[in-house]
Amino acid sequence: MNTAQRRALARRAAAVLALACAALSIHVPALAGDGATSRGLEPAIEPARGEKCVADPAFMRRNHMELLKHQRNETVHQGVRDARASLKGCIACHASAATGSVAVAKTDFCVSCHSYAAVTVDCFECHASKPQASASLPLSPPQTGTAAPRWVAQSRQGSAQPASVR
Amino acid sequence: MTPDRDTGARQALSGRRAFLGLAATAVGGVLIAPGIHLMEIAQAAVPGASAAGANPRVHWGLLIDTTKCATGCDDCVSACNTENGLDPRPSPTSAQWIRKVEIKEIKTGRAQSLPVMCQHCAEPPCVDVCPTGASFKRADGIVLVDRHTCIGCRYCVMACPYKARSFVHEPLTGQKPDVPRGKGCVEGCTLCVHRVDKGGSPACVAACAKAGHHAMLFGDLNDPASAISIRVRELATSPLRADLKLGTGVRYQGLG
Repeated sequence: MNTAQRRALARRAAAVLALACAALSIHVPALAGDGATSRGLEPAIEPARGEKCVADPAFMRRNHMELLKHQRNETVHQGVRDARASLKGCIACHASAATGSVAVAKTDFCVSCHSYAAVTVDCFECHASKPQASASLPLSPPQTGTAAPRWVAQSRQGSAQPASVR
Repeated sequence: MTPDRDTGARQALSGRRAFLGLAATAVGGVLIAPGIHLMEIAQAAVPGASAAGANPRVHWGLLIDTTKCATGCDDCVSACNTENGLDPRPSPTSAQWIRKVEIKEIKTGRAQSLPVMCQHCAEPPCVDVCPTGASFKRADGIVLVDRHTCIGCRYCVMACPYKARSFVHEPLTGQKPDVPRGKGCVEGCTLCVHRVDKGGSPACVAACAKAGHHAMLFGDLNDPASAISIRVRELATSPLRADLKLGTGVRYQGLG
């Protein structure tokens, strides 16, 4: 192989490389756009109800578990309910329109991301993954002394004698 | 050491001492005066904190009138099962938060019927024995299990003299959003804490009233004006196993 031949080969190789590069530069954005979801590599995040999340999405991606953990202790031990970072609040906004849940189907909000990140989510072994349907019994607040029921009058009559003895 | 340097060193030392003394006074002042304030704030903050959660000034109690509790009626049990997502048709291994007990005095033949559930002791044996701190008493006297910390050892099941705790043996589905439950944890009556925190009363109490029996009365034992306080003040009521002196939140009327 002489020098001229060698040069021609190098030129041809460069042309092929340039073409390949050009082809890739056209195709790569296409892959990152719709191709990735079709390949099942990225989590399918369903749009949530509600105006905006309790914090910035980037912050929530990293720290939602800390918020939930903090809130769970406050709720269980101190009875602070319907707080900003309550799990029920998350579910109310993020439950899928199709399944009504955050963890039933593979595309549901919690499961899709957790399976992408390969992190087991244990919450829904105990917690409901669907929002509350409706309350069955009325709350019926505890009775106060002001609205005295019948037995109070009865018991007062009954205790009249010991009171007079006193 | 030259006299000059010695004086200088002494001056520096005395300066440092003076500074340390001042600092100590300052720190002492900061510690003592705000210490008092902190206590005051802590006490003053109690009602504020109570607005959204367990209020330490409240002691929730339940009074069960056994003379009104109807034999054969289990509305409280089914209401509890529905409210808390328990098994509607319980098997021998299902969790049981409340049960109806029928008792009869053999000599006189006097029969009585009463519901028994967690008695929400002031000195709960389940809390004493819990190795992880999962079994705890809330500021308002409700005894609960934190399932996040429960390891399912069942010491509390053994310790409870009222047999009020159950263990969940099987995986569960279809839990209520307000009542998370799961396999491997111990659980018991929560006095429907999710309803109480919203200003309501337990489901069993509501069901009993709905059925027209009015055998259960729920309220704040610390509030002298509450219906339950008036009733326990004026009528003879007793806890179950009074000999154990557990200071139960649940009391019974007409027993014995």
